[in-house]
Amino acid sequence: MESDEVKLQRVPLSQRPEWSDVTPVPQDDGPSPVVPIAYKEEFVETMDYFRAVYLADERSARALRLTAEVIDLNAGNYTVWHFRRSILEALDADLNDELDFIENIARSNSKNYQIWHHRRWVAERLGTDSARKELEFTKNIFSIDAKHYHAWSHRQWVLLALGGWEDELGYCQQLLEEDIFNNSAWNQRFFVITKSPLLGGLEAMRESEVSYTVEAILTYPENESPWRYLRGLYKGDTQSWVNDPQVSSVCLKVLNATNNCMFALSTLLDLLCHGLQPSQEFNDAVDTLKPSGPDQPDSDLVKKVCSILEHIDPIRANYWKWRKSKLSSAT
Amino acid sequence: MGELAAEKHVQYILSVEKRKDDLISVAMEHLRMNGAYWGLTTLDLLGKLETVDVDEVVSWVMECQHESGGYGGNIGHDPHILYTLSAVQILALFDKLNVLDVEKVTNYIAQLQNQDGSFSGDIWGEVDTRFSYIALCCLSILHRLDKINVEKAVSYIVSCKNLDGGFGSTPGGESHAGQIFCCVGALAITGSLHHIDKDLLGWWLCERQVKSGGLNGRPEKLPDVCYSWWVLSSLIMIDRVHWINKEKLVKFILDCQDTENGGISDRPDDAVDVYHTYFGVAGV
Repeated sequence: MESDEVKLQRVPLSQRPEWSDVTPVPQDDGPSPVVPIAYKEEFVETMDYFRAVYLADERSARALRLTAEVIDLNAGNYTVWHFRRSILEALDADLNDELDFIENIARSNSKNYQIWHHRRWVAERLGTDSARKELEFTKNIFSIDAKHYHAWSHRQWVLLALGGWEDELGYCQQLLEEDIFNNSAWNQRFFVITKSPLLGGLEAMRESEVSYTVEAILTYPENESPWRYLRGLYKGDTQSWVNDPQVSSVCLKVLNATNNCMFALSTLLDLLCHGLQPSQEFNDAVDTLKPSGPDQPDSDLVKKVCSILEHIDPIRANYWKWRKSKLSSAT
Repeated sequence: MGELAAEKHVQYILSVEKRKDDLISVAMEHLRMNGAYWGLTTLDLLGKLETVDVDEVVSWVMECQHESGGYGGNIGHDPHILYTLSAVQILALFDKLNVLDVEKVTNYIAQLQNQDGSFSGDIWGEVDTRFSYIALCCLSILHRLDKINVEKAVSYIVSCKNLDGGFGSTPGGESHAGQIFCCVGALAITGSLHHIDKDLLGWWLCERQVKSGGLNGRPEKLPDVCYSWWVLSSLIMIDRVHWINKEKLVKFILDCQDTENGGISDRPDDAVDVYHTYFGVAGV
């Protein structure tokens, strides 16, 4: 919203000479509005003048400036954004200026669908030349909120439509260094690996990515994202995932550390269900994790794993019970 | 365990309708159609829909319709698929679908479908799986799914499926509980749930439950009451809702109530709003 300085400077539209020929149009809420709203004076006046130019379909420079004032008061008003686009088209305006305008508004309104859609509309028209600026813009947003959903959506669109893949994997790396728990960055990493025209594709990247992911897991085994990413690297090829010694080995390492085992156990469970032949080391590691108390009736490794999961992740007890029950029906 | 302060929430919603000189109401003017849907549905869930003047609401809704058949967020606002669904839902709530020109509304929706099966929000072309769900939901209420290419609509949704079993807003987009609700809903409406790995997605969804009992929308994010709806109804649609700890979730939602003034917020001790009141009540 406006700073105090701007508030002091604002001249009511009714007192501005360039608007003297316009009759403002009041809000028509109908005879008895369902959700009646009383407004701040300045909002009322600005909207009344906007309504006048909107109804008259006046696509002029002053109308453009007026839409900026409305947007500044309420960036969520999608009708004003539409009209602004119509004016920009009619005036054949310099869209580079528009990027600056959006950047300003985005500072206080970034969680707003209208801004992002408008930005995309502008970038589309500017073409591949705007790729760098768009990547910069989203980077700025990520420096404040690295999981910003709209910004990630926009960034993916920019890469696909306008290019700029060169530094993307490096950027994901940087974000993950800042916060290894950033699921959006992991998602983007997968996006780059699979879609970048500059890399070799998923299978070619698999080995290096597995090494990277294993390191991430070992640093924070309670981090959900790299476990899922690891599985994702074997997209459509579960047997390779089961057979890759790096996968079973990282599970074993985490289990032996006995801390934050949840995802290691659930991964082990999945591996076993897909045919992994567990070594004695797995049996030993799991036995160490068994909750103390009366002997577990399960002698099967896979059943033991389910029981432990039920115990250490009680909020999802029903899920782990179900996993166990599926085992019984399979044998 | 606390209780749902139903009466307080009813008073809160009715007070929002009467609110004057409020900057929050001002900022929501363009999406009044959504706000009305959230408020009215909550009243209905709490058994208080009869306190509202049906004719007033219906006539206001119809004033928001455009020549194209689409509805705007309020009188004087451009049509958009978002408000078109809310309008149809409000009329359905009051059993007043007969006032609609069904052909007109469904034409509006149908012409928003793109070549690849996706849906745009309006003539300006924004694409998002939310709009796919909205289109299918709206046409389903009006029994006119035949107006669009359902097969392509489904294949677009499937193209947004991620390896964790979830769905994003566009192909490659991060799995997000809100988008998942839309995609699962779209597939449910079109009888296409077989495209979903229910066990995998079910696990991803039940992993949204954090220690406090609340649900988040993505890994490592904070819980929010609205995810009680997105996550829960997704789980219900794929028959896996028993994987969530219900007692802990209900406690979380109840803790988000303002038991003095009514209304529900996104998480305990934050400010309430109609949106979260609706989703909190629906979740409970």
